[in-house]
Amino acid sequence: MRFNLPAGFAGLIWLAIVVIPLYWILITSLKTQANYFLTNPFVPPTDPTLDNYRMVIEADFVRYFFNSAIVTAGAVIPAVLISFMAAYAIVRASNRSRFLRSVNAVFLMGLAIPLQAVIIPVYLIIIRLKMYDTLLAIILPSIAFAIPLSVLVLSNFIRDVPRELFESMRMDGASEWGTLWHLAFPLIRPALVTVTIYNGLSIWNGFLLPLILTQSPTQRTLPLALWTFQGQYSINVPAVLASVVLTTLPILALYVVGRRQLLGGLTAGFSK
Amino acid sequence: MTSLAPPAPRGRTTTSAQGGRSGSVAWLAAPAFLMFLAFAVVPLIGVLVLSFTQWDGIGDIHAAGFDSWRSVLSDPGLVHALWVTFLIMALSWAFQTPLSLLIGVYLAAQSRYREILAVIYFVPLLLSSAALAITYKALLDPNFGLGAGLGIPLLQQDWLGRDNLALGVLVFVVSWQFIPFHSLIYQSAVRQIPKTMFEASEIDGAGRLRQFFSITLPQLKYTVITSSTLMVVGSLTFFDLIFVLTGGGPGDATRALALDMYKRGFQASLMGPASAIAVILVLVGLGLALLLRRIGGRDATESQMEGV
Repeated sequence: MRFNLPAGFAGLIWLAIVVIPLYWILITSLKTQANYFLTNPFVPPTDPTLDNYRMVIEADFVRYFFNSAIVTAGAVIPAVLISFMAAYAIVRASNRSRFLRSVNAVFLMGLAIPLQAVIIPVYLIIIRLKMYDTLLAIILPSIAFAIPLSVLVLSNFIRDVPRELFESMRMDGASEWGTLWHLAFPLIRPALVTVTIYNGLSIWNGFLLPLILTQSPTQRTLPLALWTFQGQYSINVPAVLASVVLTTLPILALYVVGRRQLLGGLTAGFSK
Repeated sequence: MTSLAPPAPRGRTTTSAQGGRSGSVAWLAAPAFLMFLAFAVVPLIGVLVLSFTQWDGIGDIHAAGFDSWRSVLSDPGLVHALWVTFLIMALSWAFQTPLSLLIGVYLAAQSRYREILAVIYFVPLLLSSAALAITYKALLDPNFGLGAGLGIPLLQQDWLGRDNLALGVLVFVVSWQFIPFHSLIYQSAVRQIPKTMFEASEIDGAGRLRQFFSITLPQLKYTVITSSTLMVVGSLTFFDLIFVLTGGGPGDATRALALDMYKRGFQASLMGPASAIAVILVLVGLGLALLLRRIGGRDATESQMEGV
């Protein structure tokens, strides 16, 4: 690898563009409000304080955190499992089942349906189901909208499982249900992790569904809480930024632990 | 990838597994299918139906014929929203594509320090749009933001208070958020280009620039199409970011289609016209996706390994 000076220089400029806002968020969240106005914004505080974080936590962010966790787990786990079942069926039998072929076609078409465009009927359905202002109201549409891409990615992986393995399972008298969980599930576990991460990230960060389908503070998820918090404390920039750091922390932790899985998950449906 | 087993021979799938017991597997697809039907397909039909009704979001729904369509289509607000959407789409595409491409190529090289850079480059992917919008709102505030703190008048502008500036800020924040994602796509695509092509060109005396334009860029043709499709179609659905960052303002300067729909429906309680906007949103998205596909001319049988 020859050293490439202009590229290295440009790389550093982009690094600055990415890092400066992140750095600013972090150091500012550790300043007091009074200190924030007096000091240079790029100089870290001489006596860092966690008061802003305490303030955010006291603003009920623990509850919002759990709401987000419930919504994310409650949507991602069922979404991935039923997508996996559907992907398995589509790969195994779509050549002899017209039903499965049309299911697959509907999912492929579904990739192109934007959530924003159908939010009004979804709102209507949720009202009619008497689920407005509950966490379940966020969970159900989240599951539905996670399905198409999950099925696409998972079926690509199941397709790579050698036919002979399915054959020998069948010879041994295993049912399709058994084959699904004892053969396909362990073999495509990496893909399942990938899909889980991708869906988890987008649901954790989701804003539109909570905004439309919930109302009371007790049902708030983190992105919505961020928005209302900054509406209340817009002048207290350090506190607002502390709320940003706190809500991003869990994902950042995940990034540190499983960076490759996470980045792989983000592009699984798109690279090539 | 599951590298646990050798890949199955592709092609005809004529094993005896397809023999009897037809349909014994099909029910496995039912839960996913029903969920998707209930919360995506039915709403898609529903939005079309609702565009021919009158509804305030709480009370009863009444049939209203073409009223909503007439009011939406004759409203200059629609043209404006389409124009704003188009501007955001075109500008963010033009800004993101070359940068993502260059960064993706840059990060594709196997070198220790570039890998460290990559770790940091991808951090913006983790933040929610709401968090990002809040951050930039604080950062750009003329009184409390970075400009005021540094005392640099140039940075102290009313970034979100002037039409063109607000739009520019929006494009910048969108790019800041999504360039990492598209770089990631380009990075993995570049790594799939056969090394032999670069080696051969090196023997032929091609320089770095020549390699980029004669090998890398042509080989990335389909990746450019994929990434552009995601950018263009994705930009139609920008909602969170605009909603939190500018709320469509100043005035209506950043009131893009998705936000226009929200404001008509959930703020002005006009669900009929809002549904009509939603239908337009779907149609524009589909149209763009098909158009890009045609431009790309992607043919599944065409090999990317051409000329190897």
